[in-house]
Amino acid sequence: MSLLSARGLTRHFGGIRAVDGVDFDLEPGEIHALIGPNGAGKTTLVSLLSGRIPAQAGTITLAGEDITRLPAHARVRRGLAYTFQITSIFPGLTVFDNVALAVQGGRQPGALGPTVEAALARVGLQGMGAEVAGTLSYGHQRLLELAMGLALAPRVLILDEPTQGLAAGEIEGFKALVRGLVPQVAVLLIEHNMEVVMDLATRITVLTSGRVLARGTPAEIRADKAVQEAYLGA
Amino acid sequence: MGFGPFLLLALMEGLVTAAVLSLAAVGLSLVFGVMRVVNVAHGEFFMLGAVIAWFVAGLVPGPAWMAFLAALVLAPLVVGALAAAVDGLVLKRLNYDPEATIVATIGVMYMVQQAALSFYGPDARPVAAPFDWRFQLPWFGYSGYKLFVVAAAVAVLLAVWLGMTRTRAGLVMRATQVDRDVARAFGIDVERVYMGTFALGAGLAAMGAVLYVPISQAHYLMGHDPLLLSFIVVIIGGLGSLRGTLVAALVIGLSDGVISMFFSPTLAKILATLLVAMVLVFRPQGLFGAKA
Amino acid sequence: MRAWAVHLAVLAALLAAGLLLPGYHTTNLARILVLATFAAGYNLAFGYTGLLSLGHAMFFAAGMYAAALPAWHWGWPAAPALLAGTAGGALMALATGALALRTAGVSFMIVTLMFAQAFALAILYFNGWTGGDEGFVIPSASRHLFGTSLAADTPRFLAAWSLFALGLLLSLALVRSRFGRVMVALRENEERARMLGINPFAAKLKVLVISGAWSGAAGAAYALLFGYAGGSFAGIQYSILPMLYVLLGGAGTTLGAVLGAGLMFYLTEFASSVTSAWLFLVGLVLVVLVLFAPKGILGWVRARLWRELP
Repeated sequence: MSLLSARGLTRHFGGIRAVDGVDFDLEPGEIHALIGPNGAGKTTLVSLLSGRIPAQAGTITLAGEDITRLPAHARVRRGLAYTFQITSIFPGLTVFDNVALAVQGGRQPGALGPTVEAALARVGLQGMGAEVAGTLSYGHQRLLELAMGLALAPRVLILDEPTQGLAAGEIEGFKALVRGLVPQVAVLLIEHNMEVVMDLATRITVLTSGRVLARGTPAEIRADKAVQEAYLGA
Repeated sequence: MGFGPFLLLALMEGLVTAAVLSLAAVGLSLVFGVMRVVNVAHGEFFMLGAVIAWFVAGLVPGPAWMAFLAALVLAPLVVGALAAAVDGLVLKRLNYDPEATIVATIGVMYMVQQAALSFYGPDARPVAAPFDWRFQLPWFGYSGYKLFVVAAAVAVLLAVWLGMTRTRAGLVMRATQVDRDVARAFGIDVERVYMGTFALGAGLAAMGAVLYVPISQAHYLMGHDPLLLSFIVVIIGGLGSLRGTLVAALVIGLSDGVISMFFSPTLAKILATLLVAMVLVFRPQGLFGAKA
Repeated sequence: MRAWAVHLAVLAALLAAGLLLPGYHTTNLARILVLATFAAGYNLAFGYTGLLSLGHAMFFAAGMYAAALPAWHWGWPAAPALLAGTAGGALMALATGALALRTAGVSFMIVTLMFAQAFALAILYFNGWTGGDEGFVIPSASRHLFGTSLAADTPRFLAAWSLFALGLLLSLALVRSRFGRVMVALRENEERARMLGINPFAAKLKVLVISGAWSGAAGAAYALLFGYAGGSFAGIQYSILPMLYVLLGGAGTTLGAVLGAGLMFYLTEFASSVTSAWLFLVGLVLVVLVLFAPKGILGWVRARLWRELP
């Protein structure tokens, strides 16, 4: 059974069909990349999955439970975590407080101190809990964002363009980090950097104009004629 | 007097209320529409207009209509200048932040109120109407000046509407309303537009007060009700929508007239304020405004 | 630990001041501490959670009337009246907050203002029962707590001080708790908080109810300690005053409310001895604060001197 599953998901903005009857499955333990040209509906699709915008039609289930009508915060509590494309932290709070908020809101709100420190250590920010988040470097803020996602103890982690703006060395570290998350967590990744996608993903879904164009392993997607025409060859 | 004439009187009173309301509210609506600033001091600009009318009446000799005309010109000018100063000294420095400007205009409200108390005093004082003509209906007599207020309100609203839709200044204001950054990119001096809009809004309130004060009295706390009612009208009509403001002024004015006549003015105000809250909660674009 | 020590020291200093200074200041301090309790409740909503309400007078007045009306009509004693006032403020906040919190920002300000206005008008409308604008004097039989009359200087001060101390320590515990962290998160970035599993509506409603209970307790105490309840306490000034105190002392600081209330009180006292223009001063301070010192006094201290100031 799929961990996260969508059927016939639809969202129109005015006359534009941002997401148009998409079926989607995320299997336990996989790293699933969502790619497609700008405006293909990637961000809208994950916004529908995470509940940031309501679906106009279709259903979403998480581990068999229908979550289509649940508000975003309730989905987070059930283990569906989302990290923002544009770094979205609490700049006025300390690093510790940022992560502690995630621990409190997540699935295992236990003892704060050790859990926060563990999440920080996992992304390489150990010992920086007392810093004010807004004073961190951009790369560190991205890592903090990721630590907040992890601290939610999610079953599904949605990463929206996580490597945007990172330096080459930071990207390597990031890839190792994401690989270390599976199989406990299933990862859904929106990513523009094709090297990262081909390197990390176990499966890929290609979207264009709000519809699924193709899906398969990285090798299959590379070989797919339609994808080459529509996207990779461009 | 039977029920029918009573209702007619209530509706006529309501129409006058609607006229005064739309005069008081149109400036607030304009300021909110163009600048996105909720001006809590708007009622005090109204009050200043009435107080200036009283001072002018004491200074200008001759018949009442001369003083009235002088006040009609002077009050909007003085109050508009004051508003321009408030804009330059306070609002501009806050970068027109919506919440900060509310707090700041609350401060301005208290300062103006206190200044009026100090220089004008705590008494309510009457101002003579420019003409004294009553006409007789079969059941009751009615003040001709009140009907003049209605006509004047129609004229002022028409002028504002024409100004906004047919003149270059109106075009510039509407452009700023849609997007101030784009307007700036097109070479519009947004700060001047804001200052002008704020002064215009205050001037309209003052003019409304000059028209209103002969059927009421000038008092340093008289800004409170126009502020509240303007809020009500502007919100129910849809923030920033002139036509909505007009329709809402009619609806609120007429229902206020009827409820006040048959029940109590306080009850009318309670119902109106609750209606405003409900409109903002459930229908933020207003009852009569365009879609959000 | 250091934070608790500072707060206890402030409380001890206030207690000493109230007991040692002449009676005139004892009465002033009692009034300041009750108003500071009100402002502390306001601060939880505005300073910590970012809910800029213009309608807290209705919570203050709801508490005042929930305590004063039973005392007046049915002769309730002070203790149950005080509890009724606290509950009254909380219930009023629950009812209005459930609606007002569907909006945010400027709309929230106007909705709270309108609800407060409707409540103030309702007090006038039902004047047969509420005493309307003129108000009424609380029967002195109801102004006794533990056998002591609250009308005398020292017991009145002690009652006000106890209420304030309880409120201060509770709010310190609250803002340092997990929920306190959620409050600040909602102020700083609500959308992010939502995506961390926090229900913004439920959390804000909870804050508003706590804030309403605080304000209600202050309103009830005001009526019982100073012996009078009236419609003017529901007016817009009593929504502006706590905002002014909090802005002056420092929004989002536990001690800001009492600092702002005390400073403003003695500033107006001083101004009244020079001119009668105290409203002018209130307006001027508001404008100056918004323009030049939006963080207030303790906000400045926190930024420059002591970052851990709660």
